[in-house]
Amino acid sequence: MANEILEEQISGEYKYGFVTDIDADNAPKGLNEEIIRFISSKKNEPEWMLDYRLKAFRYWLTLDEPHWAHVSYQKPDFQEIIYYSAPKPKVQLNSLDEVDPELLKTFEKLGISIEEQKRLSGVESRIAVDIVMDSVSVKTTFKETLSEKGIIFCSFGEAVQEHPELVKKYMSSVVPYTDNFYAALNSAVFTDGSFCYIPKGVRCPMELSTYFRINASGTGQFERTLIIADEDSYVSYLEGCTAPMRDENQLHAAVVEIVAHKNAEVKYSTVQNWYPGDKDGKGGIFNFVTKRGICLEDNSKISWTQVETGSAVTWKYPSVILKGDNSIGEFYSVAVTNNYQQADTGTKMMHLGKNTRSTIISKGISAGFSNNSYRGLVRIAKGASNARNFSQCDSLLMGDKCGAHTFPYIEIKDKSAVVEHEATTSKIGEDQLFYCKQRGIDNEKAIGLIVNGYCKEVLNKLPMEFAVEAQKLLAVSLEGSVG
Amino acid sequence: MLSIKNLHASIGGKEILKGINLEVKAGEVHAIMGPNGSGKSTLSAVLAGREDYEVTEGEIIFNGKNLLELSPEDRAREGVFLAFQYPIEIPGVSNVNFLKTALNEIRAYKGLEPMEAKDFLARLKEKQKLVELDGKLANRSVNEGFSGGEKKRNEIFQMAMLEPKLAILDETDSGLDIDALRIVAGGVNKLKSNDNATIVITHYQRLLDYIVPDVVHILYKGKIVKSGPKELALELEERGYDFIKEEIGA
Repeated sequence: MANEILEEQISGEYKYGFVTDIDADNAPKGLNEEIIRFISSKKNEPEWMLDYRLKAFRYWLTLDEPHWAHVSYQKPDFQEIIYYSAPKPKVQLNSLDEVDPELLKTFEKLGISIEEQKRLSGVESRIAVDIVMDSVSVKTTFKETLSEKGIIFCSFGEAVQEHPELVKKYMSSVVPYTDNFYAALNSAVFTDGSFCYIPKGVRCPMELSTYFRINASGTGQFERTLIIADEDSYVSYLEGCTAPMRDENQLHAAVVEIVAHKNAEVKYSTVQNWYPGDKDGKGGIFNFVTKRGICLEDNSKISWTQVETGSAVTWKYPSVILKGDNSIGEFYSVAVTNNYQQADTGTKMMHLGKNTRSTIISKGISAGFSNNSYRGLVRIAKGASNARNFSQCDSLLMGDKCGAHTFPYIEIKDKSAVVEHEATTSKIGEDQLFYCKQRGIDNEKAIGLIVNGYCKEVLNKLPMEFAVEAQKLLAVSLEGSVG
Repeated sequence: MLSIKNLHASIGGKEILKGINLEVKAGEVHAIMGPNGSGKSTLSAVLAGREDYEVTEGEIIFNGKNLLELSPEDRAREGVFLAFQYPIEIPGVSNVNFLKTALNEIRAYKGLEPMEAKDFLARLKEKQKLVELDGKLANRSVNEGFSGGEKKRNEIFQMAMLEPKLAILDETDSGLDIDALRIVAGGVNKLKSNDNATIVITHYQRLLDYIVPDVVHILYKGKIVKSGPKELALELEERGYDFIKEEIGA
């Protein structure tokens, strides 16, 4: 019975699949030093940045793609990708009137406000947004309000021009270009992204957010985000992303670096909703991302929360290096795969400092013919005395044609460490569904209810604005995926 | 209210119900008793619309509607409530949220707006008192980590919240100690009205000391072999199911 219903309804609709007809400025296809020089000059970059890109590129040439992840896909042809695509005009926009109306419509459809809402008697919660379309940042809101507090929130390209000392100091300090294949590629060809600096003692008064949109065909998106929280500061950062429905696989290879100084706290939340491909597994985004934060000094805290529902293939391990004593790393994740999606995601917690603590809560949900893997590493270095980790990895299966896998790695070099690991695998039971139906709740609502309940610990970590969206997204991603 | 005629049902090709006839009117309490394997739970499952069972013959009319043509959720929305023998756990979903969703789905089916938050809360409080349910349980995840008795009590609490027309209590007494039994039965009695009906499915007579039935039916090998007043249950208790076998010459 379950199978019949399963087969009958694999119909989760992707509602962000439209294409915007917008005039774009593209680089020619392919990847070589010429292209890198082209990107660098388009962005009017200083010499040191070009040098960095070229070094990364030359290193990349020596690498092979990693194959250890539990995913299989047609390797992208790196010479067939357009590495730079910018909606025209690419000049910095100063007011909304200068934004292409097509672009405004796009973001309206996506439900993102480019306009800075007026503050309503202090109750309206506001989010500052940096919007990245294909290769460039098109608009950053609330810049002036933030700068009054000394907060820098701008596109990465702008930061290179206006705050080169900060970029030079921190870029590549958490994820060096030698880190892995995709990090090297990103370092060579990254085009834009967000930059954020919270000065000493400042609590960022609003959520900062970057919205990534792939629009152009045949392009890849390679963005770079750098967040620096100086001593005693706090920031909550949100990331969202969507892409049109296309038959081809498009590559998204981002790098995110976070640095937390003494007593600083950074919360990074992602709702990843790249186009996952159609129900037969055609098309969709390859999401190969390196995200890492460092708790550089004592008492700092970095928290990753992710809700992953999109992409054809996901390869992503937001990690924390716990260098400062008493620092805290957290990873809360919900990863949903449906149809033919594949996800290999998890985290690394590297305990270096004393009394460091980390928490990992991972909830995988597999439906359709998909494969969902958790891969995590907890490493406790010698001298990291009294380090503690708690990991919980739960998998939920819907139907009997999908897979859930757990690959936990634990390396302990210090005897005082306390590491706990719990894992469960369960199926959405027909019993649970029938119970809901007997109370008058139909199949779809019942699945939504059960899945949201299952993910509650993670969803609770999301900022309000995001949690509601994430709940809806979960229900949509799993629409008609089980009986 | 409920009229079952010549109902045959099977699971995996094996016939369990072999021609059930039953008439239940509004305001009545019917008890269905029978030994293990007689088809008691199958009957409740078929009424609720569990898909594993196949109805091969007969009809069920509920308030003028052909119940067998309705989906399980629509049956619930029409007012059929099943208190499960083994209530299901739904981790992470609070009882309150679960009931709010259920209640509003039922209301939507009837073309009503979702219930106002304050009305919902008032009802929640009132019904909680009715089944002496700890307020903390209402906020916990549905049945998760509940004791056997708490689960059963929670079923009656849900029933109180959803105000069904026909409640089917499937072995609600199993696993209850005497205090819990009294509370559960008390809840059911308080919910009784001239507009609703109850079918109590049980193995033992003892629940019927608390919920007094108008009619007792004895189910045996998929058929109702004897019906009578409440004294029939006592007789059954005294003489055991063997007397039925003798009486019907089985």
